[in-house]
Amino acid sequence: MENFDLALVDWSRAQFALTAMYHWIFVPLTLGTSFIIAIMMSIYVKTGEEIWKRITKFWLTLFGINFAIGVATGIILEFQFGTNWSNYSWFVGDIFGAPLAIEGILAFFLESTFIAILFFGWGRVSKKFHLVSAWLVAIGSNLSALWILVANAWMQAPVGMTFNPDTARNEMVNFWDIILSPTAVNKFLHTITSAYVLSAIFVVGVSAWFLLKNRRVIFAKKSMLVGATFGLLGALFMLMTGDESARQVFKDQPMKFASMEGLYDGEANAPLVVIGFMQKAPTKANPKMVDFAFKIEVPNLLSYMAALNPNAFVPGINDLVNGNEEHGIVSYYEKIKQGKIAITALRSYKDAKKLGNEAVAAAELVKFRDNYKYFGFGYYNDPHNLIPNVPLVFYAFHTMVGLGMLFLLIFILVLFYLFKKNIVKARWLNYIALWAIPLAYIAQQAGWMVAEFGRQPWVVQDLMTTLSAVSNINHQSVITTFVIFAITFTLLLIAEIKIMLTQIVTESKIKED
Amino acid sequence: MIKRILNFYIDGFKSMTIGKRLWLIIFIKLFIMFAILKIFFFPNILQSNFSTDEERGNHVIEQITNIK
Repeated sequence: MENFDLALVDWSRAQFALTAMYHWIFVPLTLGTSFIIAIMMSIYVKTGEEIWKRITKFWLTLFGINFAIGVATGIILEFQFGTNWSNYSWFVGDIFGAPLAIEGILAFFLESTFIAILFFGWGRVSKKFHLVSAWLVAIGSNLSALWILVANAWMQAPVGMTFNPDTARNEMVNFWDIILSPTAVNKFLHTITSAYVLSAIFVVGVSAWFLLKNRRVIFAKKSMLVGATFGLLGALFMLMTGDESARQVFKDQPMKFASMEGLYDGEANAPLVVIGFMQKAPTKANPKMVDFAFKIEVPNLLSYMAALNPNAFVPGINDLVNGNEEHGIVSYYEKIKQGKIAITALRSYKDAKKLGNEAVAAAELVKFRDNYKYFGFGYYNDPHNLIPNVPLVFYAFHTMVGLGMLFLLIFILVLFYLFKKNIVKARWLNYIALWAIPLAYIAQQAGWMVAEFGRQPWVVQDLMTTLSAVSNINHQSVITTFVIFAITFTLLLIAEIKIMLTQIVTESKIKED
Repeated sequence: MIKRILNFYIDGFKSMTIGKRLWLIIFIKLFIMFAILKIFFFPNILQSNFSTDEERGNHVIEQITNIK
């Protein structure tokens, strides 16, 4: 590890995290509100009622503000691939390039064409064509998300490729294996449904503010009804896909799974920690040991969540590091050994090829292939460096799940009070709904942290570490761009909030018919 | 047909209210990203330092097998 500039690695990671997290402030609202607007416009086209036109236009304006401020913020991530993560970009080859290229084409043709019709089409195109455009914007923007999430899923569970030792690139063998991998399918569905929940909370929360101010009451209640119904369905699907995702993480990334639950020593009939406070308790044998100061558990639930079997054995961090023969778990010590063999064999293979020694090259290639699946482990000597930040992953996971449950409850209560026709009087609920807006963003970021911090130190699971993925550049330049991004994105976020608040206040002051 | 499409966009842009401010933000943002950040801070390291894919591949192998 002494060969790597750790300051460079840390700053490159910080810069990527900053960009990705800011980008993800804008994206989920676009993904969900596009569908909410399409639903509202469908009601308008079906009923012909002017209020639904007004409602659609209002939420379309907020959607437009968010879309305009957020558009192209993701391109900066692609700049970083070429500059800061050039080893990674080369290593992942066309597996990353192909989905991103499809995303670019889809985003350009579908979104840009139909978004223009959606915004400019009022009275200029037929109602039906206008409505079709609204649905195509929603479908197009969600399909754009599919491709980047497929690429991310491949990094978490690489499939459908083979590594070419002559070019140092992974080459796609089966496109469908990549796109239909269980990790990709679950990641896509869980991410978009969580985006629907955020958008629904946004619509319900803003409408709740209207009700608290006693302005545009009919307008707000109708918006709330669509938002809460869409949110309830989204939240239920989010729970299902989250449950399925957890099982996939258990299978492909057991270290991440153990970290999500702060599980150090594996056990059968493993309980699920519902609430827990971690404390550090390092020992000589286990310098990163962290345990709980306090916890509330549900017996057997973690085993059930992991394997649909309440008695299943769930490996802990210590089982993964030290191995567990009884349960067929290969230790990190063994994987490190095999990783080092793979790295050395690749180097020897290249050297032998250069010298024209084909026999040695062939023998080294066999050695390399036999040990390639643990290639990335070879960069480390101490397996404890392969453990992610457990408290961070644990708290992020529990924050995400806890808030997800809260949102589900909010949607149920809002619908209950809407049907009871006393939502205006339930001011406590309107306050909760309003304050749930920032919480929805926190839940989104927490989810991202579980996925990305939880898989550390990998950029490509088991194969490439963040250490080996970075370009050998001066870390001062990374700090400079980090500061530029931090300022630019913060200004964009301030602009978004300011413009949106102005629009919301303006709308609320219009007198209802 | 082309004229109708052009007029659709021109009329649309003309009738914008808040959209004009948003377009200004988009243009400033794209200018910062492509005219400043991309050119001065984000060169494609492998594209600019090596002329062939073979050289790029060899460089990456050198980097990822260097574990001393």
